[in-house]
Amino acid sequence: MNMKSKAFRTNAVTYAIVIAFYLICHGLIMSGNMSSLMKGLMVPLCYYVILAVSLNLVVGISGELSLGHAGFMCIGAYSSAIFAVLVDGKMPELLELVLALIIGAGFGALFGFLIGIPVLRLRGDYLAIVTLAFGEIIKNVVNAVYLGIDENGLHFSMKDSLSLGLSENGDTIINGAQGISGLPRTANLTVGVVLVLITLFIVLNLIHSRQGRAIMAIRDNRIAAESVGLSVSKYKMMAFVISAALAGMAGVLYSHNLSALQATSKNFGYNQSIMILVFVVLGGIGNIRGSIIAAVILTVLPEKLRFLSDYRMLIYAIVLISLMLFNSAPKSIAWRKMMSERIRMKKEENRTGAAGDKDGSGEEA
Amino acid sequence: MAAENMLSVENLSISFGGLKAVSDFRLKIRKNELYGLIGPNGAGKTTVFNLLTGVYKPDTGSIVLDGQNITGKHTIEINHAGIARTFQNIRLFSNLTVLDNVKAGLHQHFRYGTLDGIFRTPKFYKTEKAMNEKAMEILRVFALDDAASFKASQLPYGRQRKLEIARALATEPKLLLLDEPAAGMNPQETHELMETIRFVRDNFGMTILLIEHDMKLVSGICEELTVLNFGQVLCEGDTKDVLNNPEVIKAYLGD
Repeated sequence: MNMKSKAFRTNAVTYAIVIAFYLICHGLIMSGNMSSLMKGLMVPLCYYVILAVSLNLVVGISGELSLGHAGFMCIGAYSSAIFAVLVDGKMPELLELVLALIIGAGFGALFGFLIGIPVLRLRGDYLAIVTLAFGEIIKNVVNAVYLGIDENGLHFSMKDSLSLGLSENGDTIINGAQGISGLPRTANLTVGVVLVLITLFIVLNLIHSRQGRAIMAIRDNRIAAESVGLSVSKYKMMAFVISAALAGMAGVLYSHNLSALQATSKNFGYNQSIMILVFVVLGGIGNIRGSIIAAVILTVLPEKLRFLSDYRMLIYAIVLISLMLFNSAPKSIAWRKMMSERIRMKKEENRTGAAGDKDGSGEEA
Repeated sequence: MAAENMLSVENLSISFGGLKAVSDFRLKIRKNELYGLIGPNGAGKTTVFNLLTGVYKPDTGSIVLDGQNITGKHTIEINHAGIARTFQNIRLFSNLTVLDNVKAGLHQHFRYGTLDGIFRTPKFYKTEKAMNEKAMEILRVFALDDAASFKASQLPYGRQRKLEIARALATEPKLLLLDEPAAGMNPQETHELMETIRFVRDNFGMTILLIEHDMKLVSGICEELTVLNFGQVLCEGDTKDVLNNPEVIKAYLGD
């Protein structure tokens, strides 16, 4: 019972942090106290948080090192962008966005499942390498796709836009490496934060359920998990698919924050996947709240360091290393433990004092 | 005859490369019996456990559990059929709490869907509550209820062994396999463990097969024994007779 409430409290704090963050940022924007640079970072912050939390489900909770997370983001971005172009102006913005999110998450889940079938047979380093490859494959295939529409329906080609054979009033939707243009920019901070909360709701509730317990049991000891009858492939797949679906949702947020979408190595390549992994590792593997904080800090930091011009990435790297040391060096862990112990003792002292007072006043009354 | 036997194994063999790890192994365990499997180091006892639980697929032979043929089935199916085990080198879910370890064992018997879990339906709360109660009931048998909220890795060695048995028991098996349950325990702990194993047998109506080196434990609780030497059955039968068999003494102590 006690434990349940502890998990509940931890989750409540996580939700509270996100909501507080939203209220502060929203307040700053409304009062005109936020620079346009920071304003432009608000939606990216949200999708990076979603990506970090969803990757943590695979890396931290399920214990498999996946390096292809940006690929699922790419799938979500492209599938929702195609949908957005197809229905452009034909339905209200909000409905379009909600349907786009469902489509993006659905395609993310579908590809998560298809890729999961071969990938989840592997373990450890091998799994990492193959997910990395799949991530790159997705990005490169998307770059070679041409898709158009005219009164005869959809046309598809892998060669060039001419071989689509569109009629005169046809439109090209995906123009190969030039991507998709003419997207509605309907994403904003509110939408982003709602999606972050949905992601947290799904991931945190999953972890503290029968299924989450099975996923973590398999992570801790595969052989023992099988011996108590837990289906390893089923629960590994469950974590992988849910994670991919959430990454797809982040992709929808990404595509709805731009007017033109392209798949480059910068946004959907392995650099991006590694970046998301850095959020997860720095925030603490398996620590959901840590992933959120790390994603926010590491997204804002490079922008804040712009004044250093040439030295920016150098300083960024140094900050990254020091954060890593602070987070996981044994000496720093010992120091933090000591400090938190000291604070707790002080609190306890105060509480016993306060409790004594209360008893006293109770007697008087 | 088949109905009386909880487990009957015949002609079981496996070889790794050229090495015959277990050959022509046979075993008959009656319902509700406490059965011991002993033998010198490297005799193939744990290999027998791995064969029974589907970790290895036997080259020849058959395994019948309570009238159901489980030869060559997967570990997960064998657990669902009713065999649960502990491991010689403890294998707990070390980052989960003691309570969650047992609840992972209860997984098959308390069900709700993924969506019930995510959307916290009444079914989720009802099932989780029932799970908690059942898990605490099992933990109480092993006097682990006070440590329910600890991480499994925080428990001392002896209690970790007990937790492993508790987790195996949570899967509601027909047959419980214990691989050296007393390894690394002091005499006091071993004595307590003997009491617990007996209690489990009597109160849960369990059939138990155990591997053990501690002769005091074996002679104290096992009703029948099989002695394994170089992967073959050296002798089997009533515990007293087996332990007095000169061949067994020779196998253990040498010539």
